Amino acid sequence: MPRSRFIKDTGLTVRMSTVMFLLGGLFVALIVGMMYLLPQYAFFIGVIGIGIAVWQWWNSDKAAMRAMRAYEVTPEEYPELHGIIDRLCAMAEMPKPRVGIAEMDIPNAFATGRSPDRAVVCVTTGIMGKLTPEELEAVLAHELSHVAHRDVLVMTVAASAGIVAGMMARGAQYGAFFGRSRSKEGAIGVVGALVISLVIYAISFFLLRLLSRYRELCADRAGAYLTMKPAALATALQKISGEMATIPQGDLRATKSMNAFFIAPAISGVTLKTLTSTHPSLEQRLEQLARIQAELGRTEP
Amino acid sequence: MGLWETLRGRRTTSGPNLDALFLVPSAAVTLQTGIGLEPAGTGSVCFRAAEGAAFRQMQSEVVELLNADPEAPDVRSSTDDYGFTWLTVARDDTTDVAGICTDLHAVNTALEEQGFGSGLLCTLVPFGDAGGRRAGLVYLYRRGTFYPFAPKGPQQRDNLLEIQVRDALAAELPIETDLQRWLAVWGAPGL
Repeated sequence: MPRSRFIKDTGLTVRMSTVMFLLGGLFVALIVGMMYLLPQYAFFIGVIGIGIAVWQWWNSDKAAMRAMRAYEVTPEEYPELHGIIDRLCAMAEMPKPRVGIAEMDIPNAFATGRSPDRAVVCVTTGIMGKLTPEELEAVLAHELSHVAHRDVLVMTVAASAGIVAGMMARGAQYGAFFGRSRSKEGAIGVVGALVISLVIYAISFFLLRLLSRYRELCADRAGAYLTMKPAALATALQKISGEMATIPQGDLRATKSMNAFFIAPAISGVTLKTLTSTHPSLEQRLEQLARIQAELGRTEP
Repeated sequence: MGLWETLRGRRTTSGPNLDALFLVPSAAVTLQTGIGLEPAGTGSVCFRAAEGAAFRQMQSEVVELLNADPEAPDVRSSTDDYGFTWLTVARDDTTDVAGICTDLHAVNTALEEQGFGSGLLCTLVPFGDAGGRRAGLVYLYRRGTFYPFAPKGPQQRDNLLEIQVRDALAAELPIETDLQRWLAVWGAPGL
């Protein structure tokens, strides 16, 4: 029996499963609440909300590329970049995603797409200038792990409760404004729906961010095992995070919507930072990489 | 990748059947009689060397083991532009493909057993003829399949020869059917 060098990380798996379970519970609570309070509209609101989630997931590659003003590049234009991704995909046994470039100085990389077959991995010109080939490979391995773990799908499913709750809040407002609820029960139903949807939206917001941080740690872990060089990812993260911190926040607003798929967050929140950030702290990520490093270097069985 | 693995964000991949490497000697005979390509007398394993003492120790043990064979020249190790390590084994008697494949199998197995199987990229057995044609049989570790790679000048492939090799060996080796996976390995040792 060959030995395994994967770090045992039951804690992360348990925490992540709990968050996903809670998000599922929220969704069920929302549906039940809606059926009870707004039986006439519940079905339509639910269908529209889920429809939006599906549409976002289905078009994630195009939307992200457009938002980042990225364009696809061929192996002839960027042979080194394609070469690295070719080899990583062969080692990870996954289909090769399309490769994109975004011309901006912010050093960052992202991967999106509805499935591994329709994925796109994109790097900024800034990151290619700042990182050594080894570090760039580590970052690409992290992004390919997002693709392999189907993180766009996971996050969309996880976000659907929040999206439906948002739709419901809109629907309740609509109902209130256009006087569909002249009767007393109707008014209670509308206000109740508004309160429930806002509460669910708030809870799902924090849970989503938590889940996003866990998925980042998973991608770090898988990426480090793929390249067998956790230290390269560590130095890349340090370089990128250090760079990111020096950029004034005002300049980064345009990229805010893309944060969930970046390798390092492009904003630094001031309040509630640890609760609402999409990425784990640098310390947390480096700590995990150090553990992998130790496991890879362990000689005794 | 199953639902459970997706939810956990962790992939557990199992190694393929390395015994497929022992099919290469008979394929070499077919290549020689059918297309006129002769074995170059070498073979190499391409892998990603992990950081740390464990990997260095394992690699030196494997090299020591292979060098202990008095009939075989010493194992050579080289690093390519992408940061992958190539361990090249050789035989003075170039027709001894079976001996080369045994060595290649030993290298692959040693990496697997020490938990570094995920770092294995491919195994290459090069062939060539007097006219300067070159072709390598590449064994993709993750897929467990073979494909031909025939370089022609810098950064150009001889696709015609590759298809010829594929058709000649289709009955003997598990050939990679997805042409997208026929990864070029420029500058590989022996090609």
